[in-house]
Amino acid sequence: MTQDKSKFSRRDFFKAGTIIVGGITVTSALAPFDGVLFATEPPKGEGKWYGIGIDINKCIGCGKCANACKLENNVPKAPFYFRSWVEQYTIKNDGTIIVESPNGGIDGFKQSVPDNEIFKSFFVPKMCNHCAKSPCVQVCPVGATFETPEGIVLVDENYCIGCRYCVQACPYGCRYIHPEKGTVDKCTLCIHRLKKGLQPACFEICPTEARIFGDLNDPKSKLNYFLKNHTCMVIKPHLNTGSKLFYNALSPEVR
Amino acid sequence: MEDHLQNLYEVLSKVEGYVYPNEIELNWSILIVLYPYITGLVAGAFILASLERIFKLRILKPTYGLALLTALAFMLVATMPLISHLGKPFRAYEIMITPHLSSAMAIFGFVYLWYLMVVLLLEIWFDYRRDMVIWANETKGFKRFLYKVLSLWTTDISPKAVALDNKLGYIVTVIGIPSAFLLHGYVGFIFGSIKANPWWSTVLMPVIFLFSAMVSGIALVMLIYILLTKIRKLSIDMACLDMIAKYLFYFLIIDFALEGLDQIHRIYEAEESFEALHKLVFGKLFFTLFFMQGLFGTILPLLTLGTFQFYKPKEQIRKRIYLVVASLILVGIFFMRWNVVIGGQLFSKSFYGYTSFKIGLIGAEGYLMASIWLIIPFIILAFLLWLLPPWKKIEVDHEI
Repeated sequence: MTQDKSKFSRRDFFKAGTIIVGGITVTSALAPFDGVLFATEPPKGEGKWYGIGIDINKCIGCGKCANACKLENNVPKAPFYFRSWVEQYTIKNDGTIIVESPNGGIDGFKQSVPDNEIFKSFFVPKMCNHCAKSPCVQVCPVGATFETPEGIVLVDENYCIGCRYCVQACPYGCRYIHPEKGTVDKCTLCIHRLKKGLQPACFEICPTEARIFGDLNDPKSKLNYFLKNHTCMVIKPHLNTGSKLFYNALSPEVR
Repeated sequence: MEDHLQNLYEVLSKVEGYVYPNEIELNWSILIVLYPYITGLVAGAFILASLERIFKLRILKPTYGLALLTALAFMLVATMPLISHLGKPFRAYEIMITPHLSSAMAIFGFVYLWYLMVVLLLEIWFDYRRDMVIWANETKGFKRFLYKVLSLWTTDISPKAVALDNKLGYIVTVIGIPSAFLLHGYVGFIFGSIKANPWWSTVLMPVIFLFSAMVSGIALVMLIYILLTKIRKLSIDMACLDMIAKYLFYFLIIDFALEGLDQIHRIYEAEESFEALHKLVFGKLFFTLFFMQGLFGTILPLLTLGTFQFYKPKEQIRKRIYLVVASLILVGIFFMRWNVVIGGQLFSKSFYGYTSFKIGLIGAEGYLMASIWLIIPFIILAFLLWLLPPWKKIEVDHEI
């Protein structure tokens, strides 16, 4: 077997190799690995970039957040429409997982499993993850769903055509079609309150401060402090939605 | 509104396990089952017509015009289930004037218009122009006026002009084949690209949709051809029918293989969603998937058409069996769409439970409305066949 050495010499190989390896090293140094917010893109611009933290260890399942959300935002009362709800996870001794959320947790919870059969139980408040790479924003055919520069995912209800594609695309079940309006509805992070310098209703009402809200761009924000001091995780990280809802003490059973 | 809520309360009482509260309501109902079904019929019928024209299968000549008109009749209705399903139907035009380019759905209007205006209407126009000019001279009154309008007041039917029609029609058909692939592959992409839904999210979805579309469209033209010759009391062209059946068989094999591959892949990979989907398939989808889609819609037609490839019973029997097989396939593909669209929403994205689907007789999303959307294309087809009867056309050899 003969080889045509003139075409690609050893010298060329080393040259090309050095360029590739060097290039990767240099570009890696320019964009350092962002450990804390691995599931999100780096904050955009200089302004605020909102994120959410929820401490599962602190949630007592009172459901006040879900109720406050419905009252604040005129969410239909029927138990099929929620911008914010609480789930109760019960893991039995035999490994069976039971998830419940009667009326989104608004009326509180009753444990359906006898105490001696429970391995562990905890509450998980759920709401829009205000993803940085939102599948819902991606699929909206008219651009009625959009992300604000502050990182809040909103819907323009005067523009939404009610095709429900975003409802299908949201992996977290955070959207519904408003039964009277015919357009999609979701958590706005109470942007009307934020503008007045207030906290979103569900954060303000939380009696145990299990919900932390803040600016990811501000290194001194309460949220960044929370993220630094806890091992936080997003739900369904494999979907790469850039979720900005970080849970402390998130069990793998939570989906 | 009250009925809707009452319906949801009833569904709530039937929820198994846990579903996110917003998932109790099934967002895409029977109208969205019809949408890929009808567009599939269009794409399939068009491919059958192209087989004759591009791939020079002259034996399929008797169904060429019929296939084109069938495609047009269904195409005219294809968007209606979609638009009537919207929460704000009168805003539907927004998709066309302010499309959001990262959305798979936003492109639908353009793909649709391209296919309708550039492919179907042009091809039919070039194909019928000479005949329309002749018919305009032969008929009187409104029909004459209609032919004149439809032929855009052209009168030149010299051999040169007809040859040009033929040539341009051929070019349109050549563009039409990838367009038909695009149309239906794209519909598959609408579902296949939703990463939140593991029942939909597969790269094979566009290809599966495409081949099932071909199968359903060919079966539809076969069915209409058999019924039409019966109604017109003519003897059927068995050679043509056998050839259609042969292609139906081939496409059905590919479709079956692709769907089989999809399922085997899911089973073998057994990802996070596997248990939830396994329970779905053997629970709520058992009847529609294994019986309607699998046994009646695929296996039985496959075995029958396969047998006919080396053993052919008498013509009369064969014709009747073809009629049954075509009907079975049409029902089977309908349930394939059903299993994708409805099945994909029955399980929770939490993988902890299942909601159920309740459909009423009346209402915009009821059985009645759905059947109306399926009947209207046949009425349009009857009108098109009256206006542009393929059997009255002057035979044009599509050889160019």
